[in-house]
Amino acid sequence: MNVSRRGFLKLSGTVAAVSGLGINLAPTAAHARELKIKYAKETTTVCPYCSVGCSIIVSVRDGKVINTEGDPDSPINRGALCSKGGSIYQMAENVNRLGKPLYRAPFATEWKEVEWEWAFDKIAENVKKSRDASFKKTNAKGELVNRTEGIASVGSAAMDLEECFTYQKFLRGLGLVYIEHQARI
Amino acid sequence: MTNHWVDFKNSDIILIMGSNPASNHPVSWKWIQNAVDNRGAKIICVDPRFTQSASKAHLYAPLRSGTDIAFLGGMIKYILDNKLYFEEYVKNYTNASFLVNPDLKMPGENNGVFSGLTDGKYDKGTWSYQTGPDGVIKKDKSLSDPNCVFQLLIKHYSRYTPELVTKITGTPTDKLLEVYKLYASTGKPDKAGVELYAMGWTQHTVGTQNIRTMCMIQLLLGNMGIAGGGVAAMRGEGNVQGSTDHGLLFHIWPGYLSTPTASLASLKIYNEKQTPTTKEKDSLNWWKNKPKYVASFLRSMYGKDMALEDAYAMMPKVDDGVNYSWLTIFDQMYKGKFTGFFAWGMNPACSGAHSNKVRQAMTKVDWVVNVNLFDNETGSFWRGPGMDPTKIKTEVFMLPCASSIEKEGSIANSGRLQQWRYKAVEPVGDSLPDGDIMSEILFKVQDLYKKHDGPHKEALTQLTWPYGKKAGKHFHYDPRKVAAEINGFFLEDKKIENPTKKGEFREFKKGDLVPTFAWLQDDGSTSSGCWVYCGSVTPDKGILPMRRGQADPTGLGLFSEWCWSWPVNRRIIYNGASVDPSGKPWDPSRAVITWNGEKWVGDVPDGVGDPGKGRPPFIMKPDGVASLYGPGLADGPFPEHYEPLECPVEKNLMSPQKNNPAIKRFDKKGVGSDLDVYSGVGSCDPRFPFICSTYRVSEHWQTGVLTRWCPWLAEMQPGMFVEMSLELAKAKGIASGDKCVVSSARGEVECSAIVTPRFKPFIINGDKDNPIHEVGIPWHFGWITTKDREYNPGDKKAEVFTHGDAANLLVPTIGDANTMIPESKAFMVNVVKKGGR
Repeated sequence: MNVSRRGFLKLSGTVAAVSGLGINLAPTAAHARELKIKYAKETTTVCPYCSVGCSIIVSVRDGKVINTEGDPDSPINRGALCSKGGSIYQMAENVNRLGKPLYRAPFATEWKEVEWEWAFDKIAENVKKSRDASFKKTNAKGELVNRTEGIASVGSAAMDLEECFTYQKFLRGLGLVYIEHQARI
Repeated sequence: MTNHWVDFKNSDIILIMGSNPASNHPVSWKWIQNAVDNRGAKIICVDPRFTQSASKAHLYAPLRSGTDIAFLGGMIKYILDNKLYFEEYVKNYTNASFLVNPDLKMPGENNGVFSGLTDGKYDKGTWSYQTGPDGVIKKDKSLSDPNCVFQLLIKHYSRYTPELVTKITGTPTDKLLEVYKLYASTGKPDKAGVELYAMGWTQHTVGTQNIRTMCMIQLLLGNMGIAGGGVAAMRGEGNVQGSTDHGLLFHIWPGYLSTPTASLASLKIYNEKQTPTTKEKDSLNWWKNKPKYVASFLRSMYGKDMALEDAYAMMPKVDDGVNYSWLTIFDQMYKGKFTGFFAWGMNPACSGAHSNKVRQAMTKVDWVVNVNLFDNETGSFWRGPGMDPTKIKTEVFMLPCASSIEKEGSIANSGRLQQWRYKAVEPVGDSLPDGDIMSEILFKVQDLYKKHDGPHKEALTQLTWPYGKKAGKHFHYDPRKVAAEINGFFLEDKKIENPTKKGEFREFKKGDLVPTFAWLQDDGSTSSGCWVYCGSVTPDKGILPMRRGQADPTGLGLFSEWCWSWPVNRRIIYNGASVDPSGKPWDPSRAVITWNGEKWVGDVPDGVGDPGKGRPPFIMKPDGVASLYGPGLADGPFPEHYEPLECPVEKNLMSPQKNNPAIKRFDKKGVGSDLDVYSGVGSCDPRFPFICSTYRVSEHWQTGVLTRWCPWLAEMQPGMFVEMSLELAKAKGIASGDKCVVSSARGEVECSAIVTPRFKPFIINGDKDNPIHEVGIPWHFGWITTKDREYNPGDKKAEVFTHGDAANLLVPTIGDANTMIPESKAFMVNVVKKGGR
C-alpha cells in the first residue's frame, strides 16, 4: 500500500476511532516505536540552517535516512531542535532534489540534462574565454593588479569551512576581485 | 559573537534589539529561558513589531524602524547623566581618557556632520588623537579635559534627550526610561548584560553605527569580556561565520587580512603599510604579527617553492578606494561589465536587494554557473516572471550538489565554534560535494591553460591543490586534508623560541602541524590557510572540531572540550577584561579566568598578561583599549542619528543632515542605473506612505531555497504575507486573509494580509493626527515553488506549493556607509487590497 503522509494521518484517525471501540493497539504502537531506528547506523551532523549550530543524529538503514533527531550530547541544543532543524530528513529524502547537471543553452526555453564531464568542459572553456578577454595586468595608473574583471562570484555560507577556503583559493587563483557572499546581505 | 550561545544563561539582563531569536534562532531561547528560570534574569525587547521574542519579554518597547541610534544614544546620555557607568572599567579598558584633536567638530555644532566632510567623504584629519613628542597619545585619567573622549561623549549625546528621542523613535518616554533604567543596572561589577542583534541592525544605512552604539554602551557598563555579557551577532547561516573567516568577500583574505590594493606594489610595502604599530608601551598590539599570517596564507596558496614576493604578485589586487561589494556587482552586471557569473550555493534572484535589477542583470552575462540542491529563482531566472527566454542569451549551468549530510566537513556557528559533520548517506542522484565540483572545474581550467596560452597563467597553473585524489570518474575532495592545510604546517625543519616563554626553544620538523598561530613565521617557513584556525588540528588529538567532551569545570557552560572555537579554543573573547587591573575577577561568582598563582585557569585567557603587569586587554586594538571613540569608521567617530534613505519624515529632528552623509548614493546622477528609483528621499512621497521592514519566520530559511521544497515547512508557512496594524487595515479596508499588493518604487509583491495588534502606528514628532504606519513582510518566498507558473515537462514540482515572490523585489539599492549591506529594514511602500486602490 502506498500511503502519503496526509493519507497516513487519516488512517491514524481511523485507528484511533477503532481503538475507541475497545481494541487495544498500544503494544503494537510501542513495538513500532522500538523498531524505528533498529539496525540503523547513526552519524552526527550539525543543522545547516541558522547559526546556533544544533547537533542532530542521523539514522541510516540500507543507504536511506530513516530518522533525524536532536543530539542530546550537544551542550548547545541538548536534543532540542526547531521546526527547520527537525525537518532535515526532508532535505535528504526529497524527490525534488536535483540529481543531474542541467544546461540551458542561449535563447533556449528549457533545461537539458547533461553529463558532468560535458558541463565541466564547457564551463572551463567559458571561464578561460571570460578570463582571457577581461584580464588586466595593470590598472589605469599603471599599477600591477593581475585581475580578472569580467567574472563575478557570490557564495557561499552554505558550504563547509574547508570548501570556503578552497573556493576562495580557486577564485583568487582565477584572478577574481568581485568576490562576495551572504555575509554582505 | 563575542561570547557563545550557552553563555546567555549567565546574563542578568538580556536586551533583544535588532533581532527576534524566538523565531529565528529558536534553540537559543533555551539559554535565555535558563537565565530567567535560574537567575531571575529579565528580558527586554525593543522592536517595531511585538514579535515572538517580545511576547516572552518582561519589558517591550516599540520603535520606528531605522531609529536605533536615537534610542541607544538616549541610553548613553542616561548612563552618563546618572553616573551608572562602571568607572574603573571605563578608565582602564577604554579610550575614554584619550585626548582628541581640538579642531574636531561634532554634529551638534556642525550642521549634523563631523568635521572634514567633502562630497560624501570624510577627511579624518581632525578626528585624530593628540600625541606627545614621543608619539604617545595624550591622556587625562581624571576624564575631565574638555577634549578627552569621555567629555566629548557627554557633549555629543547631551542632545539625545528622552523628549527628542521619543519624537524621533515614536517610543513612549516612560517605556524609554524603563528600558534605560533596567539595562543600565548592569553597570556594576556583579551584574552582566548581553545584547542580541541580527539583520535588524545590520540592514540599515547606519548599520555599523547601530552596532557600535551598543558596543559603546557595553563598554560603559563593563559588559565586554565577562560571562553573561558581550554583543551577540546572531548570524543567519550555519556557516556564515566560517565563510567570512575564510575571506569570501572582496575586501579580506582569510583571517581578516586586508585584500592588497594596487598601490601596495610588493609584499614588503604591504607589510609596512598594513601592519598596525603603536607607541603605547604596555600595549601588545597583536596585529603586529600580521606579516606572519600573510606569509603563511601565501604559502597555502602557492606552496613553498614560489618566493613569497612572487606569490604576492600572483594574487589579484583591488584598486585603492574602490568598492567591489554586492550592490556594486549587480549594478556593474546590469551595466554589462561581466561575461561570467558564479552563483554558488546562493539565490541572489531572491536574496539580492532590488531583485528585479538582479534578475535583469543576469540577462546581460554570457554564462551563469549556479550550484544548489534544488531548482531555484537564480538558476531558472531566464524563465521567471516577465522574462522571455527566447531573447535571453545567457548560458546557464545548474549543478546539483550534495547536502550537508551527504559529505563531511565542518562549519562554524555564531559563537565561533567549529563543529565537524559526518557523511551519513551518498549524495542524491549524480550530485557531488561542492569540493569535488570546484576541484573538477579548476583542473579543467588548469588543463586549458597548460595546453593554450593566456595572461598570467601561472597564477592558476601553480596553485597548489593537494586535497584528494581521482577515484573512478571524479576527483574526491578530502576535507580532512584541507582542515590540516587551514591549520598550517612547518615547511622546513626549524628551531624556534617559544613566543610566550623567552629562552625556551622548540624544534619542529618539516611537515609538522603548527601548534598555534603564535608559532607562525613571516619568512615562508610555515603555511596556514587561515591563521585564526591555527591550532584546530593537532598531531595527537587529530581534528579538534570532532571532539565531544562534556566537561564544564567552571559551571559557566564553556564546554571547552566540545569541538573547538577560534581563536585557540577561546570561548569568550576579550576575557582579559573580565578581571580588574590587578587580575581579580570583577565578579568572582562568574569568573571566566582566574589566576591560580602560576597561570590563568578557566577559559583560554585573552590579552591579559600576568596580574598587575599593566597590559591593557584589548590586544587586537593597537592601543590595547576598546574604542568608545572610533576614528576608523567612514561615517564618524561617534554614532549619530540619521534617517533611512527612504523615510516617512520630512526632517531629521536631530540635525539638518537628513541621511548618513557618507553612504554611496546610487540615486545620484551617473551612479546607479535606470532601474534605481526611490521614493521619499528628499521629501515624503504620498504614493508610498508606509514604512516596510522585512523579516523571517521559524519555518523557512533565507530565500526558502531549501525549505520551500520541504513539504512539512511549506505547509506550516505557505506564502507571502503582509503584517499590519488594526488601524492601518481599517483605514485601507483590508481584513485578515485578504489578497493585497505591496508595492515600492521598484516593484510589487502579492501577499495575504495578516491584521494584528502586533504593529501599532507610531506618533512621530508628537503629531497625533498623522500617525506613521509600518508594515512587515517575510522574505523567504519566490516564484519557483508556486502553483501557477509555467511548468515544462520534467520540471521539479513542489509537493506543497507556496505563493508569492521575493520581498527583495521592493528593497532599494542603497547600503551602509561602512559595509554596503543593503537597507532592507526600512524603506517605503504602499499596501492596497488586490483589485482596489
